[in-house]
Amino acid sequence: MSDQLTLSPNIDGADDFYAELLAVHEGLSKEDSDALNARLILVLANQIGNRAILTQALAAAALKPEV
Amino acid sequence: MNKIFEVPMYPYERHADQDAPSPVRHRVIVVGAGPIGLGAAIDLAQQGIEVVVLDDNDKVSFGSRAICFAKRPLEILDRLGCGQPMVDKGVQWNVGKVFFDDREVYNFDLLPEDGHKRPAFINLQQYYFEEYMVNRVFELQAQGAPIEIRGRNKVSAVGTHPDHVTIEVDTPEGSYNLEADWIIACDGAGSPMRSMLGKDFVGRVFEDNFLIADVIMEADFPTERWFWFDPPFNKGQSALLHKQPDGVWRIDLQLGWDIDKEREKRPENVIPRLKAMLGDDVEFELEWVSIYTFQCRRMEQFRHGRVLFAGDAAHQVSPFGARGANSGLQDTDNLCWKLKLVMEGKAPESLLDSYDVERIHGADENILNSSRSTDFITPKSEISRTLRDAVLDLSEHYEFARPLVNSGRLSVPCTYDGSPLNSADALNGPARSRPGSACPDAPLGDGFLLPKLADKFTLLTIDADAPDVLEESGITVERLALSVTDDKTLALKERYLGDAPSGVYLIRPDQHVAARRPNFDENQFRAAVRRATGQE
Repeated sequence: MSDQLTLSPNIDGADDFYAELLAVHEGLSKEDSDALNARLILVLANQIGNRAILTQALAAAALKPEV
Repeated sequence: MNKIFEVPMYPYERHADQDAPSPVRHRVIVVGAGPIGLGAAIDLAQQGIEVVVLDDNDKVSFGSRAICFAKRPLEILDRLGCGQPMVDKGVQWNVGKVFFDDREVYNFDLLPEDGHKRPAFINLQQYYFEEYMVNRVFELQAQGAPIEIRGRNKVSAVGTHPDHVTIEVDTPEGSYNLEADWIIACDGAGSPMRSMLGKDFVGRVFEDNFLIADVIMEADFPTERWFWFDPPFNKGQSALLHKQPDGVWRIDLQLGWDIDKEREKRPENVIPRLKAMLGDDVEFELEWVSIYTFQCRRMEQFRHGRVLFAGDAAHQVSPFGARGANSGLQDTDNLCWKLKLVMEGKAPESLLDSYDVERIHGADENILNSSRSTDFITPKSEISRTLRDAVLDLSEHYEFARPLVNSGRLSVPCTYDGSPLNSADALNGPARSRPGSACPDAPLGDGFLLPKLADKFTLLTIDADAPDVLEESGITVERLALSVTDDKTLALKERYLGDAPSGVYLIRPDQHVAARRPNFDENQFRAAVRRATGQE
């Protein structure tokens, strides 16, 4: 597996995914949505596993992609 | 009935030094008779070095305080001749349960590795721990070892000189002066020695209070460590329940920052909290209550000329992970053999600088781990609480999240990677026994490996030839010749050779690996001895 974070489009059916992401938050309070987002981050991070990529992902999310 | 910690164990007695016309010089003075000071004094005395322990008190620890002792300190205590009573009295445990809100989210088993003389952990009240160490001091005295404890002798002034230290000591009968070639300061987190020398002690303050209550109860809770995040009986905070000997249970309740400590300590306020946790029908008696706060910090240097700091006086951590007393004993384990060689003129004084390097490495590791545990247990922002709760919620359903749950990363020995005393690793062996590591124990028939490695430099050969004795620069290294067939369980092979067919290890008096190679190479091992004693 590559140690490089993928920052080019990589999701098949991007619109479907985005709609699903919004749908899972539907009807939730701000607090419950925040909790869901936090759980989602942890589930996805575990799927990635690779520490180097996770570090790059954190930097990318912080809009500091030069790291 | 008086508690053990209410009876003077080494009451004040007038000493001839107090009537001497000029200050008497001692070889080593240890300041503080807690677990670390006593450990240092026993270590030196049983190797024939004259040592005086001064303590401002005359009793063992007031209350249970440190209760969780890890395998490595127990191995050190074996070397100091007082490990067995600790293990005999202590409570062994392996299972931990984690609760979140009103439900158990998961439980774990420490699954300690087989083939070690000592268990992963015991729980034992600090007052018993100190009692057994003081008993060991008395035993050494009876054998004629040069060791004494002076109760209610409080150091009130310090003067440092290039080749000695002067101190003024206050007693119930007035003050007197002493001199020492060396001083080991083990006078706790509030260390007066540190203040008197004007040394820094900076770090991170955690704005939180914790109530510790030791209760005596006949309860059918199992011998497990139970940790609650945000329980209904202590909303928004944490709680811990852990068993000690004599039917005593440690209960630790986080209280938050903005509280009235004196009020919270009163039984009429403590008891309802405990009833809410234990249930109304559980009968219990309060043995001891205290409220503590903590910081994570260390001194910039532990060695200041001829004054050496150890234990909480040198570094302070949060209690999560049991890294206080456990790491302090590793300080003096590291220090005493070096000090002995320097005092005997067999090593340069600069060897003591490696105490700083190695134990600061250990302190930083402990501070890092205990700060992270504290950040998980007591989230300091809304988002850190959201993430923490997400981990706990997921851990109830999915195994993957459980390693992220941090209710304390329990103390394990520090490996001195990069120490100037290490020689380059020349064996393609297991990482766990690389240079700098504390030797892992292994079974040897009816006995164990570690007791054979204590107090001296050892050349451990496994299926390899070497001379029985190696003399280098005043250091005598004795060989311990073993074969993988000496351990039918193959733990010795797995822990020291891995895939290598043979191995030769140079092991320090503190049971840490200094060098290892597949075979005995005289020049290489002579150099390794010089390096491990600060002579190269």
